[in-house]
Amino acid sequence: MSAPAGGPSAGPRLTALDRAPRADAHERDENYQPVFVNARRKELDELLTRYPTKMAALLPALWIVQEERGWVSEPAMAEVAAVLGLTPAYVKGVVTFYTMYHQHPVGKYFVQVCTTSPCNVCGAEDVVRAFLKQTGASDLGATSPDGRFTVIEVECLGACGFATPVMINNEFLESVSADRVPSIVGALK
Amino acid sequence: MGFPQKSHPRETTVLSKHFGDPDARTLAGWRNRGGYRALEQTLAMEPAAIVQMVKESGLRGRGGAGFPTGVKWSFMKPGDGKPHYLCCNADESEPGTFKDREIMRWTPHALVEGCAIGAYAIGAETAYVYIRGEFTEPLERMTEAVREAYAEGILGRNALGSGKRIDVYVHKGAGAYICGEETALMNSLEGRRGNPRIKPPFPATAGVFGQPTTINNVETLVAVPHIINNGAEWYKAMCLGNAKSTGTKLYSVCGNVRRPGNYEVVMGFPFKEFLYDLCGGPPAGRRFKAIIPGGSSVPIQTIAEAEATVMDYEGFVACGTMLGSGGVICIDDAQCMVKQIARLARFYAHESCAQCTQCREGTAWTTKIMERIEAGQGTAGDLDTLLDIADNMTAKTICVLSDSCAVPVVSGIQKFRDEFEAHIVQHRCPFRPATAAAVAA
Repeated sequence: MSAPAGGPSAGPRLTALDRAPRADAHERDENYQPVFVNARRKELDELLTRYPTKMAALLPALWIVQEERGWVSEPAMAEVAAVLGLTPAYVKGVVTFYTMYHQHPVGKYFVQVCTTSPCNVCGAEDVVRAFLKQTGASDLGATSPDGRFTVIEVECLGACGFATPVMINNEFLESVSADRVPSIVGALK
Repeated sequence: MGFPQKSHPRETTVLSKHFGDPDARTLAGWRNRGGYRALEQTLAMEPAAIVQMVKESGLRGRGGAGFPTGVKWSFMKPGDGKPHYLCCNADESEPGTFKDREIMRWTPHALVEGCAIGAYAIGAETAYVYIRGEFTEPLERMTEAVREAYAEGILGRNALGSGKRIDVYVHKGAGAYICGEETALMNSLEGRRGNPRIKPPFPATAGVFGQPTTINNVETLVAVPHIINNGAEWYKAMCLGNAKSTGTKLYSVCGNVRRPGNYEVVMGFPFKEFLYDLCGGPPAGRRFKAIIPGGSSVPIQTIAEAEATVMDYEGFVACGTMLGSGGVICIDDAQCMVKQIARLARFYAHESCAQCTQCREGTAWTTKIMERIEAGQGTAGDLDTLLDIADNMTAKTICVLSDSCAVPVVSGIQKFRDEFEAHIVQHRCPFRPATAAAVAA
């Protein structure tokens, strides 16, 4: 199907994964530095007291990896598997289920614009276009040439009364309109 | 209050009374507003008495299904020698719904207290609050509230000096709508892919970690302390006629509407007055065309149907839809229904966990055909194909995500068939200005 006119959501949607360089190129096993040492190990040990199984600490452990490294590489999955007594294949199966774990490096600012129906009827697609234009990211999921921005559409952020909500890394912005985008992006550069 | 709007005199603010007041977020501020009195009272009661009180109040689940909360709690058998668990479903992801987000942002201690009472009532020592990963601020507020509650001895091995152990833990999701389905939530909490489980066994028999579990929505749990403080009769009296639906309900209002936000009204409120008086009606110069009253998974109403609706569990059903999660999506006459239904289909295709064939294939093909029609490339047989696919997606899968994708398609074709046909006949979207290329062709 050719992409019809009318906005980013009308065409086939690329996820960040489609355009990613392969993980291995960035973090090879022999150079891998473990995440779960010192304070991070302590944090994990405390988390383990909350659940009757080690496996239940998997999502929290993956969050720690992403906080530390910005994404979850295959060697990191192997480390998580080792500390929780799981197999790397099992961990990868879980990582790939959830959209918030990055399986490759992303821009310094990861921009998620909600375009599900409640925001869509309020002009969310214009907000997406404005972000693509202002950041220089060529397409959804692509990182801008300066490596600073990755822009994606995200499904319902659960703030529909504040259309259009936008997440930039952990910052949650409400009621973003297309005309606010230049100043938002400007403040990040 | 209709946060972020000013409170409307016709609202009944019980759960939302302190929205917008930062002082209510702190433990001291919450205690000044009567916080944790209900927990103190319940810890001196027999768990069965608490369950009975909640049963009598008529409180029903606010996450969507509307199951009586006290009855759900009574499925947890005391003295079975097994660890019991309470899971609070704070994975609010249903398009149109943002009430739990405001509850956790403004009154996190209300939820800590609700979880503690719920856990004690069902014989659990541990409650997990599963919050979707995108809710950065609610996660922060809840984590801080739990930290304060432990520091003050409200939670822990000797909760409020009662000798009873109550632990509450915040668990962060990682981006998956389906984890709001209760059995998927349990799988996710266990560190698995968020695939829903086949029922039975039901959670009260074998839930999270294989143990008896109760799952309640955020709004349900925060109503409980008010019932304890004011009595079941007080709660039951908050209803305008239909005794099967009691209490107040938070509605999240969004889309094409003058005053979007959260509104709290008693069960039985007239929907027409709600939409026009409280929410201010459609934007200037526009008219409401369609309303999706309970989150994106319930049937679409025409505005005429919506205006005749009474806002309670039975009232919405009588008018062809459901109360659902209370996420009211307003769509005005400038919007293309085909485009918005296509967008909803894409949502479900994206969020399908893909374990059931009907859902994995059905959501994807529905999206392709809907987008094809919207792009002016639909064919005469497409509507029949869509309805056939929808039929094969309904009541045939492990969970209801598949059904939820079929619902807007079927109700959309039923109620806005002329818009679908216009796209097919004109080979373009009638709501979009004709492009030069299309005119030349």
